[in-house]
Amino acid sequence: MADSPSTTHGFPGRLLVFEGLDGSGKSTQARLIVKWLRAKGYRVFFTEWNSSELVSQTIRRGKKKGLLTPTTFSLLHATDFADRFERHIAPPLQAGYIVVSDRYAHTAFVRDTVRGCDPDWVRNMYRFAPTPDRIFYFRVNVATSLGRKIASRQKISHYEAGMDLGLSDDVSDSYERFQSRLRHEYERIATIDHFRVIDAERPVEKMQADLRAQVATLLKGFPTAEVLTRATSS
Amino acid sequence: MRRAREAETGRTYGTRLPGMPDGKLPGTLIVVEGPDGSGRSTEVNLLSEWLEIEGHAVTATGLRRSTLVSGEIDRAKQGHTLGATTLALFYAVDFADQLENKIIPALSAGSVVLADRYIYTLMARAIARGASREWARQLYSFSVVPSMTIFLEARPDILLHRSIGQYGSLDYWESGMDLCLSRDRFRSFFLYQERLHQQFSWMMRDYSFQVVDANRSPEAVHEDVRRLIAPLFGAGSDPLPMPRGARAYPGPRARGAGPLRGRSVGGTRPPRRPPGRAGRSRPRPR
Repeated sequence: MADSPSTTHGFPGRLLVFEGLDGSGKSTQARLIVKWLRAKGYRVFFTEWNSSELVSQTIRRGKKKGLLTPTTFSLLHATDFADRFERHIAPPLQAGYIVVSDRYAHTAFVRDTVRGCDPDWVRNMYRFAPTPDRIFYFRVNVATSLGRKIASRQKISHYEAGMDLGLSDDVSDSYERFQSRLRHEYERIATIDHFRVIDAERPVEKMQADLRAQVATLLKGFPTAEVLTRATSS
Repeated sequence: MRRAREAETGRTYGTRLPGMPDGKLPGTLIVVEGPDGSGRSTEVNLLSEWLEIEGHAVTATGLRRSTLVSGEIDRAKQGHTLGATTLALFYAVDFADQLENKIIPALSAGSVVLADRYIYTLMARAIARGASREWARQLYSFSVVPSMTIFLEARPDILLHRSIGQYGSLDYWESGMDLCLSRDRFRSFFLYQERLHQQFSWMMRDYSFQVVDANRSPEAVHEDVRRLIAPLFGAGSDPLPMPRGARAYPGPRARGAGPLRGRSVGGTRPPRRPPGRAGRSRPRPR
């Protein structure tokens, strides 16, 4: 792997992160990239935010009962992320997989800061999470993201709309204000965290073509499963 | 009844909690720390009794009693499925929940909050399991600085006897079995307590613990603790006598210690020290 780019996390695998607002299209793009990489013969592992069983149970209950404060909300998501990291992200990276993560610690940096948590405190909490090889940030206008939400008939959840912040009593009004704040925060950290900005106002196919070109460059020299098998059996 | 002198309750270790009331809180936060078997809970009960007799509203709090996640933590521990970072953060959720929903409201209402363990135990456990000291410090930097932290320090052999005496066995987690220090629980207990003590040692200094020799009887310990706490309430050096009904720690014999009965190591109850020597810092008893 001498000609593959060096990584800061030190694992043989690669970590690709997809970040952006709800309705920016990042999840669709992540899934398409995973399909493509698998078809090309890479070992790929896909993971998404808020998917661990144990903690999501608590989060659901806490949300329902209104027990969560910005701090406990933030800590719970960090717990969930840590569980996911220790279970599903670190092992495949150690095993040399390409891990595609739909949202990563940056989602927490952004959300928790908007909810009023100290940004340095949040960053420290996630120090166990290694720096990804690439963070694709899907830049979209709030109006577009809301439009996509409505068009796909997805119900906007209480927390997605940031209703807990008391910005507005109206869900879509609150959603717009909350997402604007998130967007502002994403833009603020975009340079600090070396985001690769993807113009997410474009149609799905255009974005995907752009991404595939970028991922191909990034993975130049990275072995596929077939290459690995041949190498170990010879 | 006199108000606590310590006027800066409400200060945190650097990170402001969103939504936290501005300015000072009228209450007083007193923390009792120490390993299992140091007589912590007994001391908290005695203190609570005394402070109420003195006319203070007392709110007792401990670890893992919050409504938000304690059930999940118990379940997770039974399955032993969580990684070290995850477990450390899970405990932090539980602590934050208690801090925001119980401790701070009680302090705002002017109560004396008696905490049976605080962030220090959580930090020691996390660091003993591989977390960095700086990470743990930062993680808990949102917590309220106590007016006083009492640390009950006892020798590992005494902790061992009290633990067995109280529970009839050594707890899996209190023996640090998840760390795989030794497959033998007895040995693991000693190694783990040693690791925790290493952490408490730097905290004693950095967080200004008042260290009390807990190798002695609960009465002797309590006398020292009261002498330390009295000035917080302007009660001078002449606190009230011991409350009636104050009971001694049952000790290993009281509840059927099983195999250890009659083999209890001499020196489990060293003679009382003269009063008035509490709180001095001294090297670890070995």
